[in-house]
Amino acid sequence: MNNIVDKIFANSTKFIAFGVLLLVAWIFAVLFEHSLESIKAFGFSFITDDKWAPNLEKFGALPAIYGSVVSTFLAMILAVPVAIGIAIFLSEIAHAKLKTPVGVSIELLAAIPSVIYGMWGLFYFVPIIRDTFGGVGISMLTAGIVLSIMILPFMAAVTRDAMNTTPDILKESAYALGGTKWDVIKDIIIPYAKAGIIGSFILALGRAIGETMAVTFVMGNVHKISTDLRDPATSIPVTLANEFAEADSELYYSSLFELSLLLLIISFTIISIAKFYFLRRKRVGA
Amino acid sequence: MTHTQKRILINDIVMALSTLSAIIGISFLLWILGILVTNGLEALSTTIFTAEGAPPGNGEGGLKHALIGQLILVSYAALFGVPLGILAGTYLSEYGLKSKMAETIRDISDIMMSAPSIVIGAFVYAIVVAPMGHFSGWAGSIALAIIMIPIILRTTDDMLQLVPSTLREAAFALGAPKYKVIIQVVYRGAKAGILTGVLLGVARVAGETAPLLFTSFNDNFLNTNMNEPMASLTVTIYNYATSPYEDWQQLGWAAAFILSMFILTLNIIGRLFLLKRKGR
Repeated sequence: MNNIVDKIFANSTKFIAFGVLLLVAWIFAVLFEHSLESIKAFGFSFITDDKWAPNLEKFGALPAIYGSVVSTFLAMILAVPVAIGIAIFLSEIAHAKLKTPVGVSIELLAAIPSVIYGMWGLFYFVPIIRDTFGGVGISMLTAGIVLSIMILPFMAAVTRDAMNTTPDILKESAYALGGTKWDVIKDIIIPYAKAGIIGSFILALGRAIGETMAVTFVMGNVHKISTDLRDPATSIPVTLANEFAEADSELYYSSLFELSLLLLIISFTIISIAKFYFLRRKRVGA
Repeated sequence: MTHTQKRILINDIVMALSTLSAIIGISFLLWILGILVTNGLEALSTTIFTAEGAPPGNGEGGLKHALIGQLILVSYAALFGVPLGILAGTYLSEYGLKSKMAETIRDISDIMMSAPSIVIGAFVYAIVVAPMGHFSGWAGSIALAIIMIPIILRTTDDMLQLVPSTLREAAFALGAPKYKVIIQVVYRGAKAGILTGVLLGVARVAGETAPLLFTSFNDNFLNTNMNEPMASLTVTIYNYATSPYEDWQQLGWAAAFILSMFILTLNIIGRLFLLKRKGR
């Protein structure tokens, strides 16, 4: 009796765990299947065409791709230095009594839903951008900044964790030789934790590119490529969030599914690079 | 300037810049939190919990529909996601160990944890909403469950591995079959850790908006039928905040405040469980 139950339990856990792989494969397959019509209709020009006109049944994803790339790039440029600053502050400067509360609050802020960052952006940040830079305030620039603030807590927390992996004995040896804090950071911590730090940034990049709600509020969903950062723009997730529930033709749906597939492939690739190349998984326990 | 003075000067500059960027970053975050609390508290009133959505302008609307909808959506998501995640994590830690298969599942599941949630929404739209012909609470819960599984799988796997193998061996030595060892010894030893994973998983999906936009959609009135579109706090925040009506925007802030407090509380409780575990 025990034998049978044992087998059933073992096999059902195995089946479910294997199911996770199947689920991921299924997601790719379903998205691909639903993109077929759009792939057939537009082929490769889907990602090179800059005209997105649902009323003309014409779908080119270039403005959305451009918006995703530019807003994420802006966010990274702004967030990386601040995240490094916070990580250095938390791992080397802050007094032990300050380390835990500040560190924990940053981790908690990473848990605040992105829709709230977006809402704050819409009501409080859009007017500031409008008054400082002109334009309507709903823009690529606003999206980049709000996105950078949204990924900041996550990025700072993982960068700090990466820096904290440096063994104390190495740091102490450098201090004993008369190194300043900066010497220790640049010659010990950064070389030691380089892969982890870069991996953290790439992981944050992977998250930022798929982030929807923080930018949907402030980007405007305008399918037009403009080099002026003060103009409204769109990105892949913003397009999906705004148009999916309203699409009214097969081809329109299919194009949106192709956008989803593109987004999934892009973020899967970025996150895989971070995971496999930079962050070897640390196993806990024996 | 001597070499030493120069080094000290550079050090001071870098330390000042780091502290400054920490202050800038943290004050932005405090700013958001401050706005959330002040606007949220200002908008809170008892009608929020007793009234459903109302047309804009008369100020009679509440969030009862969204609160109950959110509770239903997340509960069903947990009902699917928690057992599946725990069992899959059990396989990895207790049966799969370091086999190639188990490592692949760990890696793919880890990647899914950071994958864009809106894509999961599109997937569920294709497999649930399109065949059914309409948006539904089921679709929303399924999307949330898919997002929850990798989180719970990962924490279960990690937490079960923390249970010392001597405990397992002792149980085996008493003649217990493996499933009894797992359920009665390993699960018990990792109880606090698994619970933390569940809390964090629930907290994570409770804040998801994107995958609900075109699965559970929204409803301005109370609906408890999972076959129909269902309101959630997050989609309500999005709809009300982007509306031009001031009383709806106020309700949006109240919803944002309630949601954030709920999620922060879950996170804090989860951390306390872990601390307690370490303290033992």
